[in-house]
Amino acid sequence: MLGRLSWAAIPFNEPLPLLSGAVVGIVILAVLVAVTAKGWWPYLWREWLTSVDHKRIGVMYVTLGLVMLLRGFSDAIMMRTQQAIAVGSAQGYLPPPHYDQVFSAHGTIMIFFVAMPLVIGLMNFAVPLQLGVRDVAFPVLNSVSLWLTATGALLINLSLVIGNFARTGWMGYPPLSELAFSPDVGVDYYLWSLQISGIGTLLTGINFVATILKLRAPGMTYFRMPVFCWTALAANLLIVAAFPILTATFLMLLLDRHLGMHFFTNDAGGNQMMYVNLFWAWGHPEVYILILPAFGIFSEVVATFSGKGLFSYRSMVWATLGICVLSFMVWLHHFFTMGAGADVNAFFGIMSSIIAVPTGVKVFNWLFTMFRGRIVFRTPMLFAVGFIVTFVIGGLTGVLLAVPPVDFVVHNSAFLVAHFHNVIIGGVVFGALAGINYWFPKAFGFTLDDRLGKASFWCWLIGFYLAFMPLYQLGLMGMTRRLQHIPDPSWRPLLLVAEAGAIVIFCGILCQLAQLYVSIRTRERRLDLSGDPWNGRTLEWSTSSPPPAYNFAVLPRVETIDAFWYMKRTGRHPAEPAYEAIEVPRNSAAGFITAFFAVVMGFSLIWQIWWLAVLGFLAAATVVLIAGWRIEREHEISAAEVAQMERASEVRHPA
Amino acid sequence: MRHATLALALVSATALGGCSEGVLDPQGPIASAERLLLINSTAIMLVVVIPVIVATLAFAWWYRSSNTRATRDTDESYEGRVELVIWSIPALTVILLGGVIWIGSHQLDPRAPIPGNVDPLRVDVVALDWKWLFIYPDQGVAAVNQLVIPAGTPVEFRLTSATVMNSFFVPQLGSQIYTMGGMTTHLNLFADKPGEYHGFSANFSGDGFSEMRFVVKSVPAGDFETWLDQVRGTGTALDDAGYAKLAKPSQAVPPATYRSVEPKLFERIIDRTVAGPRKVGIGGAYSPPPHQAGG
Repeated sequence: MLGRLSWAAIPFNEPLPLLSGAVVGIVILAVLVAVTAKGWWPYLWREWLTSVDHKRIGVMYVTLGLVMLLRGFSDAIMMRTQQAIAVGSAQGYLPPPHYDQVFSAHGTIMIFFVAMPLVIGLMNFAVPLQLGVRDVAFPVLNSVSLWLTATGALLINLSLVIGNFARTGWMGYPPLSELAFSPDVGVDYYLWSLQISGIGTLLTGINFVATILKLRAPGMTYFRMPVFCWTALAANLLIVAAFPILTATFLMLLLDRHLGMHFFTNDAGGNQMMYVNLFWAWGHPEVYILILPAFGIFSEVVATFSGKGLFSYRSMVWATLGICVLSFMVWLHHFFTMGAGADVNAFFGIMSSIIAVPTGVKVFNWLFTMFRGRIVFRTPMLFAVGFIVTFVIGGLTGVLLAVPPVDFVVHNSAFLVAHFHNVIIGGVVFGALAGINYWFPKAFGFTLDDRLGKASFWCWLIGFYLAFMPLYQLGLMGMTRRLQHIPDPSWRPLLLVAEAGAIVIFCGILCQLAQLYVSIRTRERRLDLSGDPWNGRTLEWSTSSPPPAYNFAVLPRVETIDAFWYMKRTGRHPAEPAYEAIEVPRNSAAGFITAFFAVVMGFSLIWQIWWLAVLGFLAAATVVLIAGWRIEREHEISAAEVAQMERASEVRHPA
Repeated sequence: MRHATLALALVSATALGGCSEGVLDPQGPIASAERLLLINSTAIMLVVVIPVIVATLAFAWWYRSSNTRATRDTDESYEGRVELVIWSIPALTVILLGGVIWIGSHQLDPRAPIPGNVDPLRVDVVALDWKWLFIYPDQGVAAVNQLVIPAGTPVEFRLTSATVMNSFFVPQLGSQIYTMGGMTTHLNLFADKPGEYHGFSANFSGDGFSEMRFVVKSVPAGDFETWLDQVRGTGTALDDAGYAKLAKPSQAVPPATYRSVEPKLFERIIDRTVAGPRKVGIGGAYSPPPHQAGG
């Protein structure tokens, strides 16, 4: 009846996961009670949970990413602490079965449920505004994407208290992830969470490709799009091309595990090398799915805060597209040590270092944008400068890893761990934090506190260097990754520095939380009445902060790149336009309800409660179908209402 | 100038890894060549990377809005010649590196035999849960978690795994290579002089992974023969039953030797015609992962 589920699944004998699970449970319960007591449910349901407005969905994605950042970070500090104490004869406080889950969860959560929601959230919020349109191409689908991503995050966190998570690393390489070596439900949690959230991500990709290709303000040709939209287009093309590979690969592993097939097993003709190839055929494009939007954010930030147009927009666009194409031709550099011949290794090594060309061009473009600019150091710009300096170091070590014989001695070492944290923290996370500080006033109508923002930047920057420079060195000293126990006491001082770095990063996270709290408390003083707090260049700054549900009362007419800058310079502020009625999509509970059933289905599949899995799938599919056949999808705001809202915002935003 | 940069890179690299026994302290030609490649590639890139970092900080500082002495030119300007330069600098660097990669990959191909005036020693490596089995097919002996090799003799490894994927790695001797079930990989290493070097698995393989370590003893050629005699005179034989016992998961296994080895054991491990470590059926009730305090 209940498949593999029994009381044995609750880890009563292990205090640590049970305790942390209890704490999380209590926090969730407290939030739910508070929301109920304050009577916020109708508001939350109407304005957020069922919203199909791309701006709200963007904010919810970013919120999900930040909450999961706390989870992923607590895994990180647990690992750093374990490695700092379990040296020589000491065994530390995390025995292997637990430590192995911690690093597997850390990687999985940080990539899929922190980095992805952050960049997808920022794309959701900013891309339609930058394109000068009223929503994405498929608003309800967008909500389904969000909630399926949240489903994956929820399932992964359930593994904390019901059963256990994977102990195979975030890549889940077989045969370790096969039933023979991982008979418990950990790998199933990993696979099903990512299968479900992966569908959400794929739908996002389709949605944004359609939006950028088909919906742009009148006059916005491709070569007038803001660079962030270009990078979003490239990232979403990569999602559409790469995520099906991951889904198919995981499906094969699931068939191995659930039906006894032999795609990747040691015996009966299975071949683990196929999994590794397929995983990275998705995995390397995934890196660029994350970093390209971050490049886009930095392009907007550097141009805006230098008071200059981006240097060589054309090069930037071609560099972005070049990276997009090249990212599919380098996957083998993740396993030069698998025994391929010299020709193959050399080819992929050269292809990998060729990616450094367009990336280098981007760096030079940011540099020349700052040259002779008027640089205003608000928090986003600090992150941008911190990013350029940090990222070129990460790029250097990346190219080193692309030299096959060098990779032979640093592959899978702490050097590698340092490298990818160098580009992911220094690139993606700094980009997301810059984007959050940059677009927050647009989303909520007031700016974030700059002093705490800068404090958070310095903590992140210094913390990053303290935490990861020692790992580069440890990698060269022969320390491999994923060690639960450190054999060589001479590594300890560096591990302690790394631990200190993690604590400094934690201070950065605390500063961010304080920044949010303080800014909300003092929002009356920091209102953005102009809609354009940074003297921006692109269309999102031409509407009020926060924008109305329809974004633009009259769709802007675009004649150049940096359309809003051009409008401001030419002083084209027409008399009150003739407003027309605007259709906005109606709210839809389809996403939320689909996700509810997806949770039921995912949980049942993990525990092999087949009847419930079938029911959950049928229910989820039915909800999607009903939503698809809905007749009344739009809600019309009459011309008079639009005019009234616009005048009200004019009063609030004196021209 | 070039020498100065190289020296700088060398100094910083030695400062980085100085005291260690890691990849910056090579004990054989492969590891030495790989370290040189590491340093050269770093130096080539630093030529671009250091000026970029300096320029970033300098521009950020000089063009800050409060600096009244800075020249501003905030009009969008387009300069084709600059564009050419910014594409050329990384492109030229990468062309140079591309050559380094092509030549390096071929010279340091793990499969390429190491030339020498002595016949190479053949060693077959089997990754087990969680220890290393070294079979000397020509000498008919085997060892667990210790690899004794004659200094100054090329060593030809054939590697496989009786369990999950692992990576065989001795940092001071150079290249690592994956070991995979049902498959053979090849690796050639060389130790210049006698010494003891650490080896381990560099690919996560489960609970006992951290302790999946072994020691490489590089000994003078004469001592190697003495060691062989000693091994042949002591311990047990590695037959099918002994292998089945050895293949069972165990952690932090102390070094041991076998005085003889069942012929073709390595090949049969690849063909999976000897008892493998584990088999688990589908379904079944959930049992939590083993909880081992300490270990």
